[in-house]
Amino acid sequence: MSYRHVVGPRTFVFADLAELMAKASPPRSGDRLAGLAAGSAEECVAARWCLAAVPLSEILARPLIPYEADDVTRLILDTHDAAAFARVSHLTVGDFREFLLTAPSETLAVIAPGVTPEIAAAVSKIMRNQDLILVARKARVVTRLRNTIGLPGTLAVRLQPNHPSDDPAGITAAILDGLAYGCGDACIGINPVSDSVQGLTGLLHLLAELIDRFAIPTQGCVLTHVTTTLEAMNRGVPVDLVFQSIAGTQGANASFGVTLSVLKEAQEAALALKRGTVGDNVMYFETGQGSALSAEAHHGIDQQTLEARAYAVARAFRPLLVNTVVGFIGPEYLYDGKEIIRAGLEDHFCGKLMGVPLGVDVCYTNHAEADQDDMDTLLTLLGAAGVTYVMGVPGADDVMLNYQSTSFHDQLYLREVMGLKRAPEFSEWLARMGLTGPDGALLPGGGAPLLAAAPGLAA
Amino acid sequence: MSREDDPAGAWQRLAALTPARIALGRAGAGLPTREVLRFGLAHAQARDAVHTPLDAEAVQAGIAALGFTPLMAASAAPDRATYLRRPDLGRRLDEASAVALAAAAGDPVDLALVVADGLSARAVHEGAVPLLTALKPALAGSGWRLAPVVVAVQARVALGDAVGALLKARAVAVLIGERPGLSSPDSLGIYLTFDPRPGRSDAERNCLSNVRAAGLKPEPAAFKLHWLIDQALTRRLTGVALKDESDRLLAGPEGVTSITGGARDNPPPSAGEGSRAPDPEQT
Repeated sequence: MSYRHVVGPRTFVFADLAELMAKASPPRSGDRLAGLAAGSAEECVAARWCLAAVPLSEILARPLIPYEADDVTRLILDTHDAAAFARVSHLTVGDFREFLLTAPSETLAVIAPGVTPEIAAAVSKIMRNQDLILVARKARVVTRLRNTIGLPGTLAVRLQPNHPSDDPAGITAAILDGLAYGCGDACIGINPVSDSVQGLTGLLHLLAELIDRFAIPTQGCVLTHVTTTLEAMNRGVPVDLVFQSIAGTQGANASFGVTLSVLKEAQEAALALKRGTVGDNVMYFETGQGSALSAEAHHGIDQQTLEARAYAVARAFRPLLVNTVVGFIGPEYLYDGKEIIRAGLEDHFCGKLMGVPLGVDVCYTNHAEADQDDMDTLLTLLGAAGVTYVMGVPGADDVMLNYQSTSFHDQLYLREVMGLKRAPEFSEWLARMGLTGPDGALLPGGGAPLLAAAPGLAA
Repeated sequence: MSREDDPAGAWQRLAALTPARIALGRAGAGLPTREVLRFGLAHAQARDAVHTPLDAEAVQAGIAALGFTPLMAASAAPDRATYLRRPDLGRRLDEASAVALAAAAGDPVDLALVVADGLSARAVHEGAVPLLTALKPALAGSGWRLAPVVVAVQARVALGDAVGALLKARAVAVLIGERPGLSSPDSLGIYLTFDPRPGRSDAERNCLSNVRAAGLKPEPAAFKLHWLIDQALTRRLTGVALKDESDRLLAGPEGVTSITGGARDNPPPSAGEGSRAPDPEQT
């Protein structure tokens, strides 16, 4: 079914919903690279006018990727909550935007299981940045494993202590530095160089021993392939959180070497370890616009809609953490600071609207037209939007992955400007350790109590 | 003095354990001024590495001085802005270059070498001639037939496939500027592909990464590359089936060693290996 919109003497025709959604997308290099973007600014806005008039029920009824061809589509439709959707099923995309701007938090929580990724993506395309922030701020998602993440007024941080050769002493040094800055409540998560089970085992033991030694109410994670983590669990290695990169199509997931069934198997194995103390959200996923195109598995769908579909995959596994790595993939997908900022807000909004605990790796590479000022802007906007967590990378410079993310200092900035607290259990631990004062602010002294409690660590 | 008494000294010791930017100190929630400026300088150097045009004449002259025959080529990406947005164009030769290479091709050869700007001309300016200098005696010793050394601009790794095919080479080695890290704006990557032809995937290549003065130095890099070329020509393959075992012959290699076969195209958050993979090169 085609869609059309008349602007003065000109009629814009869009062959199908996929083309309509792609052309309604705010401009970005990845959709141009895929040949899907609107040909002019006017065509882009004509597509938005047209999209605003499409009923949500029609989006639900017309899967962009056929049910028979893709297991992510099957997951979306088979698990769709019709009762939750009933509240909004009579709305068009344009009505839905206004509904969201008006709705209280409780209503957003009720409809979340009825919101498909395509619906979330569609409405995001006709929303301005301020709409994305305002609605996401109201959509709270709380998850628990060894602490409580996502409560209103809180921001968590993943401590990311990567090292270019997985050196245990170097990683430990970076962890101590991050803890001294009050980072690590989302998790302490290492991207390893080595993908071997032996390498993973050593790092998992390092994290478990460090967390035990200081009795930190948090979880460790080594971000390696899910099958490697499964093997480690089979060998009795302590695994708190199972990590995997995921995408929005079956083909893109296959390019990552991952299927829905292997994710299920890993989730069940992690649950059986019973390492949670206050909850059982044991999965951690990363995503990012452009991954399906990069894997040549995009089915002619725009990259932002496919990204939202990745959140449907995540949602099925009740994750503790999900983050988009928004500027990592490079300028052929998101060219500059403006495109990265827009994508970060869209991803966060879509995830939260779908009930997924979305954090954002606010980041860029050196061949993108972006810099620290752009990251400051996006970080501040996400703080206003109630982002679940961000990354804490020493000095914002990841010396293993060669990209720039947010730093230990950046999260301090955001807390001060926005009045954001840490996960409550972690916050109490910092106070007990003598690292923070009654107001949660860091005490002067350069983390001396931590060093005193860790003689010989990273010696 | 115990650590409790001297946290600053303890942090200094910890900072020596990692190249990560730890123990920076703070001014309220912010960085000390010197760290803001230090970061700014590193980012400026990385940006300049991406945007500085390759001085192709100087690179050709350096190559000619070693006794190799240089030859210029350009990809189908006309400028840097297009190159960054359209990786597909950077993998194809422009028409004039394709014609010129076809005309320059003689009898089949064993090896074609391509020196490409990639994402860091600086890496090529500083690293290509030292690498070729270190490689030359080993090439001569093996007696391989060599094609002219092609100097390519606005090039991605896969451009080497077209070059190798036109020059009738059994294997092609592409020396290319890697995506600059904040602390490594001068890093060269080397990709080896057996039986090069357009359409080869990155899983069919072997890669040596982080070739630079502060990483994998030219001599051990040349040693490893020669070993890989020898294996590739003997076993008639490159990629995941060919693991870099040159370390067994090379005592105490410096710097980071190879990433073998797993390099891919601008990896998404995952390069299929679970975590965000290091992405030193753009193909």
